[in-house]
Amino acid sequence: MIDQICQYLSFPFVRYALIVGVLVSLCSSLLGVTLVLKRFSFIGDGLSHVAFFAMAVAAVLRFTNNMPVILLITTLAAVLVLSGGRRMKLKGDAMIAMLSVGALAFGYLLMNLFAKTSNLSGDVCGTLFGSTSILTLGPDQVWLCVGLSGAVLAFFLFFYHRIFAVTFDEDFAQATGVRARAYNQMLAVIIAVIIVLAMNLVGALLISALIVFPALSAMRVFKSFRSVLICSAVLSVACSLAGILTSILWDTPVGPTIVAADIAAFGLFSAAGLFTGKGSS
Amino acid sequence: MSLLSCHNLSVGYGGVKILEDLNFSVERGDYLCILGENGAGKSTLMKTLLQLLPPEGGTIETGDGFKRDELGYLPQQSAIQRDFPASVREVVLSGCLNRCGWKPFYSLREKALARRNMERMEILPLAKRCYRELSGGQQQRVLLARALCATKKMLLLDEPVAGLDPAMQVSMYHVIEELNRKDRITILMVSHDFEAALTYASHILHIARGGSFFGTVAAYRASAFARSFARRRGEA
Ligand SMILES: Nc1ncnc2c1ncn2[C@@H]1O[C@H](COP(=O)(O)OP(=O)(O)O)[C@@H](O)[C@H]1O
Ligand SMILES: [Mg+2]
Repeated sequence: MIDQICQYLSFPFVRYALIVGVLVSLCSSLLGVTLVLKRFSFIGDGLSHVAFFAMAVAAVLRFTNNMPVILLITTLAAVLVLSGGRRMKLKGDAMIAMLSVGALAFGYLLMNLFAKTSNLSGDVCGTLFGSTSILTLGPDQVWLCVGLSGAVLAFFLFFYHRIFAVTFDEDFAQATGVRARAYNQMLAVIIAVIIVLAMNLVGALLISALIVFPALSAMRVFKSFRSVLICSAVLSVACSLAGILTSILWDTPVGPTIVAADIAAFGLFSAAGLFTGKGSS
Repeated sequence: MSLLSCHNLSVGYGGVKILEDLNFSVERGDYLCILGENGAGKSTLMKTLLQLLPPEGGTIETGDGFKRDELGYLPQQSAIQRDFPASVREVVLSGCLNRCGWKPFYSLREKALARRNMERMEILPLAKRCYRELSGGQQQRVLLARALCATKKMLLLDEPVAGLDPAMQVSMYHVIEELNRKDRITILMVSHDFEAALTYASHILHIARGGSFFGTVAAYRASAFARSFARRRGEA
């Protein structure tokens, strides 16, 4: 099996897939800790559907490079949900649910009405579940991914203590002169970036798993913010690597295999949490 | 010029006024206690002063070189973040953030400050413990240590002794008094503890729907507010 893996690694597309997989899962797990703790677990789900809608728009407009369109629309939606939600009469979760199904429906409608592809259901399925698009990445897409995830990682490193403060107690941070609202806006932009990146890896429907599971697993066992963040990142990268290699070796769909690995890890960590008596809630 | 002065200030939520026409000012070194019944709007006033809520009318002015990042805040205890994974040290250190400017990490000075405040609140042995696994009183002390880290000129406290045992209440009052006397930190405290307020404070703001009182403790003792409040307390 080792030989087989080494042989696969000589193909550039496999190396690209592994690089993108590691970077995307690293970013999404870091962000996931904040989102889960801020009670925003569903945002990833809602926004990924918006990204699907954006992809449909780009397809209808026949953009060859659809990344900027998708990034723009998803970022706008993220800022709207995270900052506008506070002011509107609608409850936050109801608004996300509306956005989520609305975007999915209109995205599919648009694709059906206007897109001139022969294999519509194949395209849609690929967008939603990731299919094999991660194995067809070109060098420029990989570089874009490296650049964007580098920026996200730098943001996390530089603002680590501020992110903790704003996540733990936003009112206190704001009251004592930390610009909590500004950090929320920046987080919104980052969520959008990560979702667009993750769409290549696991597809629109499964992004939430990448965001939520590593954080939840880490929280079963660890009890300080820093250790949860580190564990979540390591776990997420390990699961993605395992998932990608498994799917190449046994020819399973990439996205669902990664998610299955994340869920298995969650089971293990829950058991470990119970066993050591540390897991609460 | 006062550190903080309010003119005809009204506070409330989304257009609904809970308190109207408050007029008071806070000078450097003052110890102001805010008294009032449950639900009178003390916490709402506190949040408005902290700019977490917009005023429903009137103005809040700051002066005497006082800036927003020079204050510490102890929120009223609530069920925030029940499952949040954070160590006591991480929580206390986060109070130092408004001293960091654009520095991404804490320097030795801030770490020493956090340590000193943990010692002061007698929680240093708990530093590595998980915040959510502490008792209510221990959590309150952690949050006060965090507030002390953030304090440079002014400290706002919302019912700081609620949930503490009597011995800890006394030591909490002593810590606050020492900050006020020695370090000339201006104190704004919401309190239910009528006796303690009259003992430690220099000024009283008594808020009520009908009308409010603001003045020194001596003037407050002589006023009808104090007598009616004390009488009701006595009956309860
Ligand atoms: N988020 C909120 N939205 C609307 N009304 C609120 C909110 N929080 C508190 N209130 C109301 O404001 C009034 C004052 O509350 P509060 O300031 O917490 O009183 P207290 O003096 O006990 O601290 C209460 O009647 C309460 O019902
Ligand atoms: Mg209150």
